Amino acid sequence: MTPRSTEDRLVGRSVARREDPRLLTGRGRFVDDIALPGMLHAQFVRSTVAHAEVTAVDLSAVRQVPGVVAAFTAADLGLGDITARLDRPLTEFVPTAMPVLARDRVRYVGEPLAIVVARDAYAAEDGLEAAKVSYAPLAPVTCEDEALAEGAPLLHDAAPRNTLVDVSLFASEGIDAVFAAAPCVVHVDSRTGRQNALPLETRGTVAHWDDREEQLVLETCTQVPHQVRTVAARCLGLDERAVRVRVPDMGGGFGLKCVVGREEIAAAAAALRLRRPVKWIEDRKDALTASFLAREQHYDVRAAFDAEGRILGLDADVVCDMGAYSCYPFTAGIEPLMASAEMPGVYKVPAYRVRGRAITTNKAPTAPYRGVSRPQYVMVVERLFERAARELGLDPVEIRRRNVITDFPYTGVNGITYDPGSYREALDLCERTVREEGWYEKQAAAAAEGRHLGIGYSCFSERTGYGSTAFAQRKMEVVPGFDLSEVRMDTSGAVTVTTGTMSHGQSHETTMAQIVADELGLPLAKVKLHQGDTDRITYGWGTFASRSITVGGSAVRLAAAELGKKLRRIAAARWGVAPEETECGEGCVRRRDEPAVSLSYEQLAEIAYLKAHLLPKDIAPGLTGTAAFDVFNDGTFSNATHACVVELHEGTGQVEILRYLCVEDCGVAINPQVVEGQCRGGIAQGIAGALFEQVTYDAQGEPSATGFMDYKVPTAHEIPDVAIHHLETPCAFTETGAKGAGEGGTIGAPAAVLNAVNDALRTTGVELDHTPITPEAVHNALRRQRTLEHTR
Amino acid sequence: MKPAPFRYHRARSTEDATRLLAELGADAKVIAGGQSLVAMMNYRLARPAHLVDIGGLRALDHLHRDADGGLHIGALTTHHTVETAPPGVLEPGFGVLRRAMRWIGHLPIRTRGTVGGSLAHADATAEWCLLAVALGAELVAEGPHGRRRIRAEDFFFGYYTTALDPGELLVEAVFPRPAPHAALTEFAERHGDFAIVAAAIDLDAEDGSVRGGRVALGGVAPATVRVPEAEAVLAGGGTFAECAAAAADASDPPGDANGSPEYRRHLIRTLVRRACEEAMSP
Amino acid sequence: MTDLQLMTLDVNGEEHEVVAESRRTLVDVLRHDLRLTGTHVGCEHGICGACTVLVDDRPVRACLMFAAQAEGTRIRTVESLSQGTGECELSDLQRAFSEHHGLQCGFCTPGFLMLAEGFLAERPDASKEEIREVVAANLCRCTGYQTIVEAIDDCAAARRRAGKEN
Repeated sequence: MTPRSTEDRLVGRSVARREDPRLLTGRGRFVDDIALPGMLHAQFVRSTVAHAEVTAVDLSAVRQVPGVVAAFTAADLGLGDITARLDRPLTEFVPTAMPVLARDRVRYVGEPLAIVVARDAYAAEDGLEAAKVSYAPLAPVTCEDEALAEGAPLLHDAAPRNTLVDVSLFASEGIDAVFAAAPCVVHVDSRTGRQNALPLETRGTVAHWDDREEQLVLETCTQVPHQVRTVAARCLGLDERAVRVRVPDMGGGFGLKCVVGREEIAAAAAALRLRRPVKWIEDRKDALTASFLAREQHYDVRAAFDAEGRILGLDADVVCDMGAYSCYPFTAGIEPLMASAEMPGVYKVPAYRVRGRAITTNKAPTAPYRGVSRPQYVMVVERLFERAARELGLDPVEIRRRNVITDFPYTGVNGITYDPGSYREALDLCERTVREEGWYEKQAAAAAEGRHLGIGYSCFSERTGYGSTAFAQRKMEVVPGFDLSEVRMDTSGAVTVTTGTMSHGQSHETTMAQIVADELGLPLAKVKLHQGDTDRITYGWGTFASRSITVGGSAVRLAAAELGKKLRRIAAARWGVAPEETECGEGCVRRRDEPAVSLSYEQLAEIAYLKAHLLPKDIAPGLTGTAAFDVFNDGTFSNATHACVVELHEGTGQVEILRYLCVEDCGVAINPQVVEGQCRGGIAQGIAGALFEQVTYDAQGEPSATGFMDYKVPTAHEIPDVAIHHLETPCAFTETGAKGAGEGGTIGAPAAVLNAVNDALRTTGVELDHTPITPEAVHNALRRQRTLEHTR
Repeated sequence: MKPAPFRYHRARSTEDATRLLAELGADAKVIAGGQSLVAMMNYRLARPAHLVDIGGLRALDHLHRDADGGLHIGALTTHHTVETAPPGVLEPGFGVLRRAMRWIGHLPIRTRGTVGGSLAHADATAEWCLLAVALGAELVAEGPHGRRRIRAEDFFFGYYTTALDPGELLVEAVFPRPAPHAALTEFAERHGDFAIVAAAIDLDAEDGSVRGGRVALGGVAPATVRVPEAEAVLAGGGTFAECAAAAADASDPPGDANGSPEYRRHLIRTLVRRACEEAMSP
Repeated sequence: MTDLQLMTLDVNGEEHEVVAESRRTLVDVLRHDLRLTGTHVGCEHGICGACTVLVDDRPVRACLMFAAQAEGTRIRTVESLSQGTGECELSDLQRAFSEHHGLQCGFCTPGFLMLAEGFLAERPDASKEEIREVVAANLCRCTGYQTIVEAIDDCAAARRRAGKEN
């Protein structure tokens, strides 16, 4: 029972963002905006080779460079390693110890070897140039084939065949017989390009020792402040109490900032040594080459269908190139385990077998990136359905219709129970919209003119609201899942909310406040969210995996309800009635039987703090509500169908997106405009992966992309407008009915784009299953068609 | 990504600039708009010991027609100044320059980047290099020994190298004759990027019939080049498609991450034809 | 070799005297010497546009300019946009960004605002397609650009309407 009627509620309304005024006026405070007295600036001496024994790191000349204050190697600092673990046997998972600074071995170009601290960033870079590092080169391992080859050089002695994860989560009995007997078996072999999540703000930190608090203060742009605290404390040998992580405004994260970086720990160590503040701001070259990457995967997948197009089985081998080390806390298992656990997706797949592997190569390590494996396996599964439709002579939408889950809850072959969604409705509405807009007619007309229009769909769901139970199934050594909140009212009746989640563009200061304001009947301006400070929030798992509104939002609502209860108890005691006879109203508690009798929150706060003698003995002074929220089932699934229309241009091979539609269902949308923003931004990143962005490495392990000339982040010229339709299937077990909305756009876009491109190529006999699809690849496909026509 | 140290010199006049360049020798670089140079310095791929800033030489910021209808563009004229020039200055005859400007990077690059800087930097796909070669521009260099004029097609030697002597400053580009039937077009994966292939065409045409023309290409050789084989097709009354095919056949483009030789030839065919058609469209 | 410059910079109508190394870029001087941290740094090679400011009313990349080159010009940064209209009053352009949800993390936003401010001053009649082409000058990783284009287009239209009424 909330104090507001449906029409008065803030939840469900696109209220203006609380974050906007400061960000629009240049008054945001990002990590590089912080300046502390006596602050020094750090940069890192980085490996220039992909794989080598380090025989010497000589910093003597560095220390002579004007402006350089200090320079430290691993030996100088003596820090503990960063080691992420899964609770699995060594045959399934091999941990890697990632040193904060490399000691005797480097494993990728860009690996940090030494930290140089100087009066400014310019002098720090001058210092880097004076470092002398001696290497005894080892043969680099730069791709899957090299990594898995017999007798391949090993990155980590404990990891034979350069394999960090090798797990077969599912193997349905009799699946070989299913494939042998199936009338239609299709196959997709797909490789996806290595990407950088690319928050526009690079990573960075300002570290200083606070003598008064006896604390190391790390102001870091991270999605997971508490995990940074844990690692910093462990590496530096401090109690966790002696580390405070504070997160300033953040310029995006997208997963890249939900792992703990080596550089922030090294900067902290330097600050402790020097007893001066040390700032490290990653430059773009390092962000592209030496930060965390993602998404380089190889799928070898078969699907069996009956003659009516019903899927009978899915048989998958997934190899993820995780680079040199496991990231903390997720490990190198993040990508293969996500793909393995979730691949059947929205379809009723009766038999499933999967092998998921993580291999280690001489490349920058990987972190989760928006969608984690789902953009890839959704693309592969959606390609399989398109291929089966073609083989069976079925309409590609119809074959999906015959296979999507329609009866909920549905427990899949992967053991996951899917909560209610609108899989079929989203598909139908999306297709209907494409038809009503006349795209099939336009496609036919274009074909008559010899032009190449293609229409592609993708149908998917996205697990959001992973609780501890679901994460425990991944067997992480540290198990994320729950979140905590405290809602505190001051003597003026205004409310401060804490959360363990960490917004970095998702508007939580607005949406979490909407939830609390409704729960207590307060205007939005009376509610202020605090996040990203390990001293103000007991614990939290941060923001990733589309968890913040589902888990964090639920905790926030429960904590607000607790506060409401206390307010009602105080009022009830004043009136001499039972608390059940009262309710929260707009800014007050009132009597149910006599709503005109009320006590305002200010009056109640005055009693709770300033006139505590008026409180009955069983009610403690003060006004706080605290709550924890966790999800004890398999989580909640958002779903969507995307449609994309492309034209391929023969003259250049260019893929032009003519139309993009998204029908999405994330349950109750707390703020529809924010949800749409997440969709559009996600879709842009999905398109970027499908058509533009890739970090390649040459045979020596040298990365190709050192700037935005080579790493082609698309612009407003390449990214189309996106039309969004909302469906709403409320979640039954989150406190607000919301499901997560952070990743869906990115998950659906590559599949829709690839299916559209391949639809446009349907007469060529060529299918493009690797991403990014380049204009040259399209040109080659179209050229093949011209050659075919010529020979006819 | 912070530049290495250098000494900064502000030139008070062109004479001052050329004197400084002569004095400082090979370790000095001229900075005008700096849109390529500063990026390279931030990466420390360029690390001149001295920078001679000619940004204050307002005399080099001019755009005007001469009595013979030729167009004079001062080296410090920005791309944006050309893009937004009053119609009387460019039209008739040089509308191609205004239209070509939209291919140069993006607005905030065009507001700082200069015509002279672009020509002296000599990226093979730079729009001004293509326009200068296709339209038969003459580039005016000023050095310790006075001024000289260099034909554009003799100016570009190879990767980022030009006919400018050390100590010489590019002060002006002269486009001697109007080019009413000219066009520039290019292709890059992302709009605003350096082209994979770029083509500029200046057709000699009257009453809709083409008598000949000049064809310039970028992205197919270390420097911007003319393609005589394609020009011969135009002079011989061939079609635009034949001209484009001749340009592709005559080129021996490199292969790299942005495109194989075969793909670049395909782009040459597309872009030369497209530029020819655009050049003839009213 | 430290080559120091004494510079006078006109920023948002205020004169600032700065002594800085000649190699310091304009954006670093604005942010770290003058503490105008609203202008951001995203790539330092002129592509992302997070550092876009106005120099003599035109949008430029402040990472591709040495501060010494900016002497004698008028520089405007995002901090100037809402001046003169009260402490926290937003300009019409800023309001349009907020209304259209043209920003999420807000890191690229000052660059887009200054790009749009400079462009609309020169081209108040710009079409939506022209606006889109100009918006393509900068990178945003959050929004997918659509709402940025819509915000600028809406602001331009409102200004045109207001111009007609006056």
